[in-house]
Amino acid sequence: MLNKTRIHFTLLFIFIALPFTQILAQDQIKTGTNIGAPIRLAASDFKQANADPANGPLLSAFNQTLWSDLDNAGIFEMVAKSFYPSGTPGAPSDINLSAWGNPPVNAAMLAFGNLGAASGKVTVQGWLYDVKNTSSPQVLGKEYREDASTDNARLIAHRFANEIITRLGGIPGVAETKIYFISTRSGHKELWTMDYDGANQHQLTHLDSIALSPRVSPDNSRVAFSALGSSWQIRMYSLDLSRMVSFPHFGGGNYSPAWSSDGTKLAFSSSMGTGSSDIYIADSTGAAPRRLTTGKTDVSPVFNPKTNTQIAFVSGRSGLPQIYIMDADGSNVQRVTDQGYAVSPSWSPNGLLLAFSWVRHYGPGIPGGADLYVMDVASRQIVQLTHDGGRNDFPSWSPDGRHIVFQSTRSGTEQVWSVLADGTHLQQLTREGRNTQPNWSYR
Amino acid sequence: MNYCKKHWTLILGSLVLLMMVSGCKKKPPPTPPAPPPKPVTATLSANPTSITAGQPSTLTWSTDGADDVTLDGQKVNVSGSQTVQPTETTTYHLAAKGAGGTQEATAQVSVAQPTPAPTPQPTPQPTATDEQVFAQAAQDIYFDYDKADLRPQSQQIISHLAEVMKAHPNWKVQIEGNCDERGSTEYNLALGTRRADAATQALTQAGVPADDLKTISYGKEKPVCTEANDDCWQRNRRDHFTLTQH
Repeated sequence: MLNKTRIHFTLLFIFIALPFTQILAQDQIKTGTNIGAPIRLAASDFKQANADPANGPLLSAFNQTLWSDLDNAGIFEMVAKSFYPSGTPGAPSDINLSAWGNPPVNAAMLAFGNLGAASGKVTVQGWLYDVKNTSSPQVLGKEYREDASTDNARLIAHRFANEIITRLGGIPGVAETKIYFISTRSGHKELWTMDYDGANQHQLTHLDSIALSPRVSPDNSRVAFSALGSSWQIRMYSLDLSRMVSFPHFGGGNYSPAWSSDGTKLAFSSSMGTGSSDIYIADSTGAAPRRLTTGKTDVSPVFNPKTNTQIAFVSGRSGLPQIYIMDADGSNVQRVTDQGYAVSPSWSPNGLLLAFSWVRHYGPGIPGGADLYVMDVASRQIVQLTHDGGRNDFPSWSPDGRHIVFQSTRSGTEQVWSVLADGTHLQQLTREGRNTQPNWSYR
Repeated sequence: MNYCKKHWTLILGSLVLLMMVSGCKKKPPPTPPAPPPKPVTATLSANPTSITAGQPSTLTWSTDGADDVTLDGQKVNVSGSQTVQPTETTTYHLAAKGAGGTQEATAQVSVAQPTPAPTPQPTPQPTATDEQVFAQAAQDIYFDYDKADLRPQSQQIISHLAEVMKAHPNWKVQIEGNCDERGSTEYNLALGTRRADAATQALTQAGVPADDLKTISYGKEKPVCTEANDDCWQRNRRDHFTLTQH
């Protein structure tokens, strides 16, 4: 069983790693590492560029965030700071390449730079060096300037980390992405947002009702969700205007909106037609809703973001809920899970994988220990992602396809966690109140 | 209807009796006067004399000097008792006939109605009564795990509620489908919708206008209890009914 799981993990890693290892192979960067293996990266703390007293908290926020972003990226083997040469390098002239390239550091890549506050502004200079390329080591050299605040120090760290991840990983990193989720910490279930790493959490809606199922639009302009008034309706929060904007009301109960990745369509579950819940598709304005399914307990649709020609959803049409896939016109419905209690599908950005929550062996006396699983849609091969840690539900893929954010009761209450798609790097992102239904932004 | 029949029987019986009595008078008296016949006596009583509809009352009678005794036209023993369950106030007639003549006795059983009879023009009922009547009729109905099928007991509750609703055409009722805490938030909203719809379908099939009904699912968002055990889960797998207008 363990071996089989390992094989599956390897397969999964190939699925995920394939797009960027291919790009990596074509790229001209001489990494000095074997293609496909994690790149051994050293990230030195940045040096103070001046003696401004504001530097301390800014530098601390920056260094912490940069390290965390690179560590979270899932493509680096981070070299522990205790192995680094003495003295913090702040500029290229401070670098002794052999000290970084030889044991014990033995780094393939080195990130370093400096930060300085002056006149209310913070300036950061950052470099990425290919340590083994002694003649022309510089891969990146960047300068950033923002109003001096710890939020901006984190923001600059995210940007620089993303540059490094994009350059070495082949596709943009997620350090500047957001997660939208539902939190009870105001006393009501409201829509909240945070940075992908759990920093900068704040409340968006104040409806004093029950908000559920947030889904951010692909252009980051709006968040669709479902809220309880005199009935459940799809509601829209504008991230551009920082307020609710209008969306048509439909009959019956309307739940679980989902955007097509081109932003032109919304799929959702509604009882407007038959009194029981079916999947509908409408323009993203809410115009021209039409029914796609007749399953009576159909909910949680999600588009294949690569093609937008397929929709995965949950249906109780055959008993306990299972995952189904159909064409976006409602034809060609296929059940893809064969047992247990399977809910909350999330389609990976490359269109190849479905993450979902599954009580695989469901039965009387077996408490609801739901775990996350990932299915290769073409082969229907399934890999278990979480193990023995409470109830895990609502997976949502990061735009780079390397991470999954989800809700879990593993800490005792429902909280938002993230994990690399190979099951490693598990991190708790929320702690206050109950936090559920995370949704990762498209960029 | 029975009451009318009784009266007609009574009237017909009296007519026959009158004819017989007058017929007798026409007959010439028989030869030498016989010893005077024993006078006929009859008593009839009801116990209790007041009941509410559906309760029994016992009629007890005794006669003397009679050989033909009828109670409301039905031949009975010269003395005896009988249980009756009239639905309206009724006067019972005992007729005792003997050589010494005929004697009648009556007893009345007054019947109180349990609920006031409907009047031709319905008068608006006080709010409290409507809510009480609704609360009594609209009991929560419960479901099996992951199911939206009505149990036999739920169907009885729905049938009764349908009759009460049809008697109150101004009522509007919201049917609220609920689920236990297990499983996904979104799937439970769909399951709760189906549970509310099951009650709506049954009520409309029983003749309640669809316009008087509104369904809503609370999924697992509004539990009545939060313990993770079978008892609490069962209590949360329910349709709750709310009177929204009356």
